[in-house]
Amino acid sequence: MSVHLILFLAFGAVCVAGAINLLAQTHPINSALSLIAVMAALAGEYLLLGAEFVAAVQVIVYAGAIMVLFVFVIMLLNAGVEERTQGSRVAVLFGIPGMLLGSILVAWVVLRHSGTEAVAAGALPGDPITVGQLLFHDFLLPFEITSILILIAIMGAVVLASKPPTSPAGVAPREVD
Amino acid sequence: MVPLSYYLVLSGFLFACGVIGFLIKRNILTIFMSIELMLNGVNLSFVSFAAHWHALAGQIFVFFVMVVAAAETAVGLAIIIAVYRTRETLNVDQVNLLKL
Repeated sequence: MSVHLILFLAFGAVCVAGAINLLAQTHPINSALSLIAVMAALAGEYLLLGAEFVAAVQVIVYAGAIMVLFVFVIMLLNAGVEERTQGSRVAVLFGIPGMLLGSILVAWVVLRHSGTEAVAAGALPGDPITVGQLLFHDFLLPFEITSILILIAIMGAVVLASKPPTSPAGVAPREVD
Repeated sequence: MVPLSYYLVLSGFLFACGVIGFLIKRNILTIFMSIELMLNGVNLSFVSFAAHWHALAGQIFVFFVMVVAAAETAVGLAIIIAVYRTRETLNVDQVNLLKL
């Protein structure tokens, strides 16, 4: 059992535990914290695969920026404990055994028929220099298009989250039921 | 040396957890987090296939997925704030104006 496999199993265990905890928790802040654990462990998996740049971006963008935004919104909206509602009984009766059967089947097929080739640790140079050269030569146009996407997303977020315009004096504000 | 299939099983598990959370959770914020979990599962399979096929473009795609996820999060959380402002609830069962 190599060090690589042990590290993979350790990070994978954190991933699995975090994902299950996300489902099990009822308070959104607990789910958000377990999602941060999943993302940090996934950064470790990326490092094992040699994707150093992706691992760094995963920590900075996902575990940093996006989850901070989530936690901030949870605090802003003062989100409380989730109310459980009665789901469909047929879904519970057939869904859970079907899901278990399906996942076992998929895992068995994948492990049985494609488990021969191993991925070496750091098999691919994923350091920032290599990724940056590829990003700014071959993928320059998509890169620039994503900047436009980000700009549109920022404007959309500002428009959506801003308060509705106050009505002029004398006109009652429209009631939203 | 870890077989490629181990990474794929882990990635599939994360995606499945995301799908389950999307379906069973009733808080709109947790549903949104489940979507992020699905995106993370897909990213892991992208990176492992990139390492397997020695194709660095897979990692570039992960970068683009992250960019789109960031944009999606900004807009989605803004929509959640707008929903909370008008409906004053985060429970998706009570956000049912479009329901027949």
